[in-house]
Amino acid sequence: MSDQLTQRVLSVIAATQRLPPEKVKIDSSFEELGIDSMDGINILFALENEFDITIPDEQAKQIRSIREMVDGIQKLVAEAAAGKAQGQ
Amino acid sequence: MRRVVITGVGAISALGRNAKEFWSALAQGRSGIGPIETVDMSKLRFQYGAEVRGYKPCEYFPEKQIDFIDRFAQFGLIAAREAIRDSGIEFDRAGRHAGAIITGSCVGGQCTQDDGFVELYQKGRPRVNPLTIARTMGNAAASHIAMEFGLTGPAYNISTACSSSNHAIGQALWAVRSGASQFAITGGCEAVFSMGFLKAWEAMRVVSPDTCRPFSKDRNGMILGEGGAMLVLEPLDAALARGAQIYAEIAGFGMSADAGHITQPSAEGAALAMRSALQDARIGFDRIGYINAHGTATQVNDPTETAAIRAVFGPHADRLAVSSTKSMHGHALGAAGALEALATAFALRNGILPPTAGFRQPDPDCDLDVIPNESRPVKVEFALSNSFAFGGLNAVLALRRFD
Repeated sequence: MSDQLTQRVLSVIAATQRLPPEKVKIDSSFEELGIDSMDGINILFALENEFDITIPDEQAKQIRSIREMVDGIQKLVAEAAAGKAQGQ
Repeated sequence: MRRVVITGVGAISALGRNAKEFWSALAQGRSGIGPIETVDMSKLRFQYGAEVRGYKPCEYFPEKQIDFIDRFAQFGLIAAREAIRDSGIEFDRAGRHAGAIITGSCVGGQCTQDDGFVELYQKGRPRVNPLTIARTMGNAAASHIAMEFGLTGPAYNISTACSSSNHAIGQALWAVRSGASQFAITGGCEAVFSMGFLKAWEAMRVVSPDTCRPFSKDRNGMILGEGGAMLVLEPLDAALARGAQIYAEIAGFGMSADAGHITQPSAEGAALAMRSALQDARIGFDRIGYINAHGTATQVNDPTETAAIRAVFGPHADRLAVSSTKSMHGHALGAAGALEALATAFALRNGILPPTAGFRQPDPDCDLDVIPNESRPVKVEFALSNSFAFGGLNAVLALRRFD
């Protein structure tokens, strides 16, 4: 469910940034959460581990908001699942 | 205060096995970047690097000696041998203690360490090679140079990430200038191509999937490189007295810390280091004709460096020629400063400024004359060579043409 996925993304971000989970919402900006570019890289690393996916550099560069992160992860997770289904 | 000059040079890099090949490639705008061959790249997202292609240690060292020296220190020793031979300097009994060996390397024998980790963690073996520490330690090149030439003076390695060899050359300059040392063997060496280290770079998402295009609007990251470059420094008087060839003078050295972010650069920090180098050389900014840029082709370095140059030089920035030779020899980390100081010395001596290769599209945020793609025959009197490292440690050399 995409709600569950959203929650997982938000809690990974909160954990990586050492923020209280209620502070991190889908429309929070990087700025208000104090996320700089190196933090962004760390968050993507944690998300790759959490969802067992690979986020290509090209896509990583485009991410400017948490909502975009959630959307991107959703697509990659779906692609990975489709790939597994095809493999069966 | 003694003036300090370069009397011998040596280099091994993606551009060739010696300093002459290195310069020849730069002057022709020829890049040494290609598919990485020494590592299984199937699990890595990027594929390209600037390797010393086809390098075989047995062509330079007896088998037994190879066991004792990691690839990075092999490069340092090879470059030092060439530089010392090139300079014609001879060490008499007193002389052996009178000079300094100051090298730059930021990760030392990390290839050996990576091999050790494979043994322990992947193959589950209970032991690693007993020479692991001797090979891994960052000072290995300095030690082997001392051993090979019987040099018993001060010898040490400086580790400041991408600024390591600029810091080393700067310290060597000051040691010779002050009279503390009668000569110096100085430069840097680095060997970056191991799976673990490449994975660490991949994780930062700053490595280009194709090539290094400094200052270009469509640049997409840096390219890692390896190699070594060494210089012999002597006081001008001593060099003239023994009829030595002189490549260029090292006129000044400046340093600063950004005191900002652990990875993001600061224009203020870079500007401060450039100004310090000018001050140490006792010249105004308007004397500079060429800058060998740090120019890594990352999104963030190139515009930050441009802003720093504009802050230091004002309107004179539009009369400067600036190029990044990393576009041809890659980013050799701890060896970068030494390769680039060598490029700058050759540029001054030969009256040819090396280009920024791979340049395609001007970027309004990097609006300097970046000598796109073709080298330029211009006689310049003073040049700067910039290194702006991770951790915000900046080191800048000022060089002067010697006629």
